[in-house]
Amino acid sequence: MSQEAHAQPNYMAIFWWLLGLTIAELAVIHLPISKMMIAILLVGMAISKAAMVAMYFMHLKFERQTLTWIALSPFILCVFLILMLIPDLS
Amino acid sequence: MSQAAVMHASAEPAESPLTPESWGKLGMWVFLAGDAMSFGTLIVGYGILRGISSNWPVPSHILGINLTAIMTFLLICSSVTMVQSLSAAQRGDRSGLTKHLLLTILGGLVFLGLQAYEWTHLIGHSLPEAGLSFSTHLFATTFFVLTGFHGMHVTGGVIYNSCVLVACLRGSYGAGEVEIAGLYWHFVDLVWILIFTFVYLL
Repeated sequence: MSQEAHAQPNYMAIFWWLLGLTIAELAVIHLPISKMMIAILLVGMAISKAAMVAMYFMHLKFERQTLTWIALSPFILCVFLILMLIPDLS
Repeated sequence: MSQAAVMHASAEPAESPLTPESWGKLGMWVFLAGDAMSFGTLIVGYGILRGISSNWPVPSHILGINLTAIMTFLLICSSVTMVQSLSAAQRGDRSGLTKHLLLTILGGLVFLGLQAYEWTHLIGHSLPEAGLSFSTHLFATTFFVLTGFHGMHVTGGVIYNSCVLVACLRGSYGAGEVEIAGLYWHFVDLVWILIFTFVYLL
């Protein structure tokens, strides 16, 4: 088993980003803007945080592309699931 | 042994895009992809049921957002201690590995304690007072299924990390195994980040 060396990410910088975005999420729900805008901001921040955890803490940014495709596969299937269930909403 | 068998045994495994640098890491990623589909299905199901319901409550009016924000903070901290334990393992720093892995396990245990407190409060007070008990409203049903499924994963992660810590202290596990355990723990953190937004904040 070989361990390929890669640059060590700045984990504390990622921590401060995650903490800052969590605080921003708590602030956003109190903003006097439309619910749709709040939802877009919250989903955007959640996806950014999840991507940071996957890319830096889980080292996906430094792995070969095969692992990235394996990691993305459930999200692609979830998009299909949403598209298939959307007719039920009406 | 025949000549062909000898040649086969000494041959290098063929390289392909799927040949990983670590089979254990590939195995964990495949498992996590399957697990992500389970969580994805539950979150999408939650969203669809919420979308078709005419009397879905505003989650932030019933659920304790501040407590959950602390739980989110805890999991983020435990992810940092997990990567620090990996760094320590890669440096061969045994005491650093032990300290950070113990802190990660402690973070998971405190998270579970806070979740137990949250559930107790919700079942005993908040949900019955709002007329939203487990058996009468899909809000409570989906909430407990989703957060309970995640809580089971945290429990599994705490047990997994404890086993890895013991194996590291015995000298039978190294940085490779800590990295694989870390993948699972960060996945649990990642899923909570999504649950926090989709179930508590939206």
